[in-house]
Amino acid sequence: MMALSRWKVIVVIASIAFGLLFALPNVLPQSARDALPGFMPKKTLNLGLDLQGGSYLLLEVDTSALRKEKAVNLLEDVRKVLRDEKITFSDLAQTREGVSVRITDGGRVADAYNLLTKQLPRPLKNGTGSDLNVNRAGDQRLTLNFTEQGLNEQSASAVDQSVEIIRRRVDELGTKEPAITKQGANRIVVQAPGESDPEKLKDVIGQTAKLTFQMVDTSVSLQDAAAGRLPPGTEILPSTDNYSPAYVVRRRAEVTGEMLTDARQENDPQSGAPVVSFRLNSQGARRFGEVTTKNIEKPFAIVLDGKVISAPRINSPITGGSGQITGNFTVESANNLAILLRAGALPAPLNVEEQRTVGAELGADAVQAGTISVAVGFISILVFMVLIYGFLFGGISVIALLVNGLLIIAAMSATQATLTLPGIAGLILTLAVAVDANVLIYERMRDEFRTGRPLLSSMEAGFSKAMTTIIDANLTTLIAAAIMFFFGAGPVRGFAWTLSIGVFTSVLTAVLVTQLLLAIWYRTARPKTLPIA
Amino acid sequence: MKFWPLIKIIPMKTNFRFVAFSKYAAGISVALSIAALAAVLIPFEGPCGGLNCGIDFRGGTILEFTTQPAPATATPGQGAANTAPATPGKQIDLGVVRETLSGRGLGEVGVQAYGDGSSAMVRFETPKGKDANAVKSEVRRTLESKMPGIRFTNDATVGAKVSGELFLSGILALLVAIGLMLVYIWFRFELQFGLGAVIGLFHDVFLTFGMIALFDMEFSLTTIAAILTIIGYSMNDTVVVFDRLRENLRKYKRMPLREVIDLSVNETLSRTIITGLTAVLALTGLAVFGGEALFGFSVIMIVGIILGTYSSIYVAAPVILLWGVKRGVEDEPEPIKFGAASRP
Repeated sequence: MMALSRWKVIVVIASIAFGLLFALPNVLPQSARDALPGFMPKKTLNLGLDLQGGSYLLLEVDTSALRKEKAVNLLEDVRKVLRDEKITFSDLAQTREGVSVRITDGGRVADAYNLLTKQLPRPLKNGTGSDLNVNRAGDQRLTLNFTEQGLNEQSASAVDQSVEIIRRRVDELGTKEPAITKQGANRIVVQAPGESDPEKLKDVIGQTAKLTFQMVDTSVSLQDAAAGRLPPGTEILPSTDNYSPAYVVRRRAEVTGEMLTDARQENDPQSGAPVVSFRLNSQGARRFGEVTTKNIEKPFAIVLDGKVISAPRINSPITGGSGQITGNFTVESANNLAILLRAGALPAPLNVEEQRTVGAELGADAVQAGTISVAVGFISILVFMVLIYGFLFGGISVIALLVNGLLIIAAMSATQATLTLPGIAGLILTLAVAVDANVLIYERMRDEFRTGRPLLSSMEAGFSKAMTTIIDANLTTLIAAAIMFFFGAGPVRGFAWTLSIGVFTSVLTAVLVTQLLLAIWYRTARPKTLPIA
Repeated sequence: MKFWPLIKIIPMKTNFRFVAFSKYAAGISVALSIAALAAVLIPFEGPCGGLNCGIDFRGGTILEFTTQPAPATATPGQGAANTAPATPGKQIDLGVVRETLSGRGLGEVGVQAYGDGSSAMVRFETPKGKDANAVKSEVRRTLESKMPGIRFTNDATVGAKVSGELFLSGILALLVAIGLMLVYIWFRFELQFGLGAVIGLFHDVFLTFGMIALFDMEFSLTTIAAILTIIGYSMNDTVVVFDRLRENLRKYKRMPLREVIDLSVNETLSRTIITGLTAVLALTGLAVFGGEALFGFSVIMIVGIILGTYSSIYVAAPVILLWGVKRGVEDEPEPIKFGAASRP
């Protein structure tokens, strides 16, 4: 055991070299890091949001809203298909799984069934089955039910799409290095480090930004409509303009946000008020031209997420494919709306389930407190070890501990594991427990030496017998860390990761480095007695 | 140099009769565990009972604000040294804060000052059926109008759905951790050892929870992390004692079990003390210098480590006495070889 096997020397030297190389960027200023040659690692410790400040948002895609919308669309589709073929029907209604309808003419039930089966179901992306089942339910009734796979596929694609749109929106805000990731089936985590304004971030992310242009129905007064005399195919939408608390508008959207190619915040040349100017694609421009030509002198409503933001009167046909949205805007809100419109609407509403913000200065305070406490903890361990075991054996474990600290920093930098505030505590505890391996070995050596064994054999027995215990003891910590990793969220995971890295580096250094140093001491000093016995 | 290194004055061979005291220790431990459980569960209402749940598990919002002026340049990570405010902030009148927030249906409102009294934290619940963000913005505006010049620094909002999930997965994590430890010890030693270890773990976890409830410390995600770490440490400690116990059971086949247990605990005593002291020393540094955020975390770990040390001596090992161990010369189980040779 005390013979220096070559592989042990190589492992120790290689890991120290690794440690130095990967820990180095942490002590260099940014300019020096940039000047490093390409093959050198440049990554520093990846500080968590609680240490560098920033915002964390956990969003959930509201898939039930998505289902509802799908059912409404299906209802309209069924109505259109049957009307187009002049099949009379009644009882067209939403059900829990989709839509059901009764065909009035018993002789045309089969026709209707064939038509609906041919036109409405869409094949799934994975190629097995379709998103809709059409069934004959007796009594001339047809039911159209969404399949579970179809709904799941749609939810999944809505989540993916949302991630993409959020990324575009956040990028437009100029947030530095945002991390946007999917979590579970329908959740999205947004992490934005630094001094970003969390409220603005949330405003920009949380809005669906579904824009539609709908005609205002002027045939009925708002009071009559509110009293229940709502013309078919219209709805009452609340408004945010200064003229009317709500408008009666046609349900049909003439132009939608998908037809936009660009949106900018500008100032109105006449009034100087902030407006959002937009440009439509060719399809949208044609539709907009048609509608404005047909409806001169009538108002149309610009609807954002179910609210009318303005309802201007059409003065002349707008055929150029561009226009302006006026409304109760400040420069900032107009700018935000432009960002949202450029990035596109979210396929479903997002709910903010969890939000955490740490001010950058508090993050800096935490880093400072963390650094001081790590230093104090580390030094007290070092002093304690030297006091307990003397300069030689204590010193050896101090060197092992220093190598350990170096390796942890290097491994954390190399893997870009997030160092959180609890992670700092994990680091300290790891160092304290790393000492345990040394203590176990030394105590065992004393025990063996005391029973009258010769020095060399006691030292060897110390290592071999302590080894089982060291591995058992460290495996238990690893189990605890693994559980934290699988069950824990954000900061707890960072803690678990720090702890796990620490377990590996501790065993490596406390056993190998200590062994190497003791072997060197034994060879050079040729001692006859154990200094700690 | 007679007194240094210190290891020389720690007696190499101690002969404490731990097992003899274990009856009294068991009585105290059982009584304390029951008291701790009562402190945690009473008042018996979900989800937290007597624990002071943070918003992680209860849902709601935390807002932190200060009257200190913003530092001119706050570059994260680097400008740490010059973040000290040039002028000290005004004292925050907590009464005004409480008054502002009362009568709004915000549930149990927590108000707390920290630092030199120029910073404060408020915690409130989101009224049922209201949007958490709207409520938070309103509270911010109201506080700003009552106390002009305050700056909001940190905030956090956790929705009811997420907090429920976090609570469940937190409790589940603790149970799974203890369960896995049982399996691990069973696999590496014997079932009796595993049971002893697990009873020791429950003891540590209960008492730690009891302390958290007693001192009204915040129970949050990081608390769960601290307790999981305690579980890891306590097992670590127990395993060291058990390892020696297993070895001694083989070495002294005729010695009565209680004497073997005493011998093993005594033999590992100096290691137990040195390692425990090191950990407590390092964590004390953390508690003193780590600031507000790490204080609770470090205190829980320090207490946990002391409990873990105590439980491996007085709970885990004596429990083995209750069931006894198989010590037949013939049917002695072969130790599983693991990594380096487990025998010389």
